[in-house]
Amino acid sequence: MNYDRLINRTVAAVPPSGIRRFFDIASTMKDAISLGVGEPDFVTPYHIRDAAVNSLLDGGTQYTANRGLPELRREIAFYLEHRFGTAYHPDTEIVVTVGASEAIDAVLRVLVEPGDEVLIPDPSYVSYSPSVLFAGGTPVAVKTCEAEGFRLNAEAVREAITERTKCLILPYPNNPTGGIMERQDLEKLAKVIREKEILVISDEIYAELTYGGKQHESFAALPGMWPYTVTINGFSKSFAMTGWRVGYACGPKEIMDMVNKIHQYAILCAPRMSQVAAVEALRLGRERNYEDVARMRESYDRRRRLLVDGFRSMGLSCFEPLGAFYVFPSIRVTGMSSETFCGELLKAKHIATVPGTAFGESGEGHIRCSYATGIDKLNLALDGIRAFLEDVREEERG
Amino acid sequence: MTKLEMDLLELLQEDCRLPLEKLAVMTGSTLEEAASAIDDMEKRHVILRYAPTINWDLTERERVEAMIEVKVTPQRDMGFDAVAKRIYRFEEVRSVYLMSGSYDLLVLVEARTLKELALFVSQKLSTIETVTGTATSFVLKRYKEEGVVFEDDAQDRRLVVSP
Repeated sequence: MNYDRLINRTVAAVPPSGIRRFFDIASTMKDAISLGVGEPDFVTPYHIRDAAVNSLLDGGTQYTANRGLPELRREIAFYLEHRFGTAYHPDTEIVVTVGASEAIDAVLRVLVEPGDEVLIPDPSYVSYSPSVLFAGGTPVAVKTCEAEGFRLNAEAVREAITERTKCLILPYPNNPTGGIMERQDLEKLAKVIREKEILVISDEIYAELTYGGKQHESFAALPGMWPYTVTINGFSKSFAMTGWRVGYACGPKEIMDMVNKIHQYAILCAPRMSQVAAVEALRLGRERNYEDVARMRESYDRRRRLLVDGFRSMGLSCFEPLGAFYVFPSIRVTGMSSETFCGELLKAKHIATVPGTAFGESGEGHIRCSYATGIDKLNLALDGIRAFLEDVREEERG
Repeated sequence: MTKLEMDLLELLQEDCRLPLEKLAVMTGSTLEEAASAIDDMEKRHVILRYAPTINWDLTERERVEAMIEVKVTPQRDMGFDAVAKRIYRFEEVRSVYLMSGSYDLLVLVEARTLKELALFVSQKLSTIETVTGTATSFVLKRYKEEGVVFEDDAQDRRLVVSP
């Protein structure tokens, strides 16, 4: 059977994720220490798991409304308004999806037609570009750099916009860099967006994880920017609920009606038990002033400082990430490419990291290290990387 | 308590062998600030000692542990403190708590043999004049102590590398 003839060429042409190779090697090493994990090391808080178990025992096993449980949409509306100052109507402007990933995919499919361009900051999360390609569009990378804290430069966006540009993906706090966009950065960007009349898909999945006294700024909360924005968020990072697969997209009714159209035919609804768990996460969060979230953030913050200090003390340049749970040190001094560095480090010291290039060309010269791992392991990893660097320097000398 | 003190306590409770440099980095303080905060907490007896949590069951050491519920008659002006003090001075006693509920003091006792422990209850504890009754329960197995699970089979279920 010649499957090549049958398989969609666009799908076949998308290269496999740059992370896969490291996953394959690291998963065969029993003693590997991984700084390559892109999810929290907390288990979902007990009360949330309990709510889901109870709902199952009560027989809550049916479909829900396409857009999600009304109760969940009301909680999401309250949460977004009180945490980030963005108002969405629960009936018409919110769709609950299977993780934020489905939300991004659906929104792109609503907007993009063949030949349309989508701007994506580089480096960024691995799935944006393939999702644009699957939707028939053309991803256009907008480079960001360490010197600017991996912020998206408004002028670079302006230059990248053509008449085929439909939208910009705005993924801050950023995976893999840990960079954030502050109010003044967003304001400059807003000016360009208004002028060029394109849409912003603001992926705010790490919104709760900002440090150094910085609060997350939601793009839709900027004066006049609500109509230009689809906000994406979810429960994976803020509430340590990755495996539950619950996210949501919020935006103007005209767009959300279309998102719901794709969602209802492709997915029908997010799993009911996960939605019940999400209701509990937000309800108790609201009642307890999100203290679970604050505790997790505090714990990440300590480990963030430990890793940044660790890398700097071994002579690597490491910009201070103020969001998400990644640091993105530069390994340029070694003269190795990111890919080679990560491969050699894994082989020599059994420490898994992810090359910056897995997230785009601008990631070259950097490695992504997740600090969503216990302090003891982080210290072991730092010691291992330090020893690895010494070996490399020794080799250069000798 | 300051935020720095609370942060240091949380970190030390998890691992009291963390070096001062790392404690300072993680709490965003200078070496001097962290050192002086710890020193101060030691002086104020907020930090009493730095001790590991040990699973003695994995060692050769034989020992018997019991929890004893003790009913006492509180003394005028002294309440329960005087009798609690008399009890915690015995070297067999590991912990003493004043409790609400159907008894007054909970006493955790450790001895080498069952006989030694029985003698402690009958000869030392019960003979205190204000003690009106005791109920002894022996510890058969320890599952979790100080937040540490002893035979933890929980593994990291996350993918080793993920986007």
